Amino acid sequence: MAELNVAERQAGDVTVLDLSGKITIGEGSVALRSAIRRLIEEGKKKILLNLGSVSYVDSSGIGELVSSFTTLNREAGQLKLLNLTQKIQDLLAITKLLTVFDTYDDESSALNSFK
Amino acid sequence: MQAFSDRVLCSGGGQRHGLAGRLSDGRERESFIVADETTEITLASRIESIAEAATVASQVASRLRLNEEAAFGLDLAVREAVTNAVLHGNRQDASQPVELAFTDDGTELVVTVRDRGEGFNPEAVPDPTDAQNLLKASGRGILFIRTFMDTVEWSRHPEGGTIVRMTKKR
Repeated sequence: MAELNVAERQAGDVTVLDLSGKITIGEGSVALRSAIRRLIEEGKKKILLNLGSVSYVDSSGIGELVSSFTTLNREAGQLKLLNLTQKIQDLLAITKLLTVFDTYDDESSALNSFK
Repeated sequence: MQAFSDRVLCSGGGQRHGLAGRLSDGRERESFIVADETTEITLASRIESIAEAATVASQVASRLRLNEEAAFGLDLAVREAVTNAVLHGNRQDASQPVELAFTDDGTELVVTVRDRGEGFNPEAVPDPTDAQNLLKASGRGILFIRTFMDTVEWSRHPEGGTIVRMTKKR
């Protein structure tokens, strides 16, 4: 099984990526990077990452979230986060990134925020 | 040069015993022994070794009955220290070993990671939480180690390379 599974669905003009598994150095981080690059190439620049089923993130994974965020911003897009687990929330707090990311606990609020 | 092949050794005084006989993927464990409170493993300097190190860390945490929070912190600190050793210390030269050891005396768990690199000054690593560094893609590993372990120090090994020594009170 892949370290990180990425399932894509469309909600209006927002693309939701349901992530499950680990965003860690190597395969997991690369899978996320590849998915974000592909969406940008397809012109899909409003992206909501659903992290509810992400069991583990390391510093490389946190870095990949930051890279995704800055890449989307550069491309006049938006990246937001949905369903942070407690552990991910803790890591984002430690790194002071909770103030950087737009995070949501429920999907409809997250989707509405893109409008 | 031939690549290092995985785990080796273990030593320490007293009675030796193995961890569970099989790895989580069903492979038979080879030449990996826990000797009382010391577990040692030598890894090749490649990305895949980081997950291997984390697997050993979680086995140690389980054997020591660490609570979930402590086990998570140990796992993450070991991943980050081994990542630094593989990427920055040994620059992914697979012929260069990364040595990982866990020693527990009942009150404190000591974890050491040795690489063969030139070393670095941890004080010179930029603070990733400074506003100007917040959006950088890397540089958070040491912050996680400092956060989740009680102490951490870096030193030069007398025979070369860098050792990071991390401790966690039991």
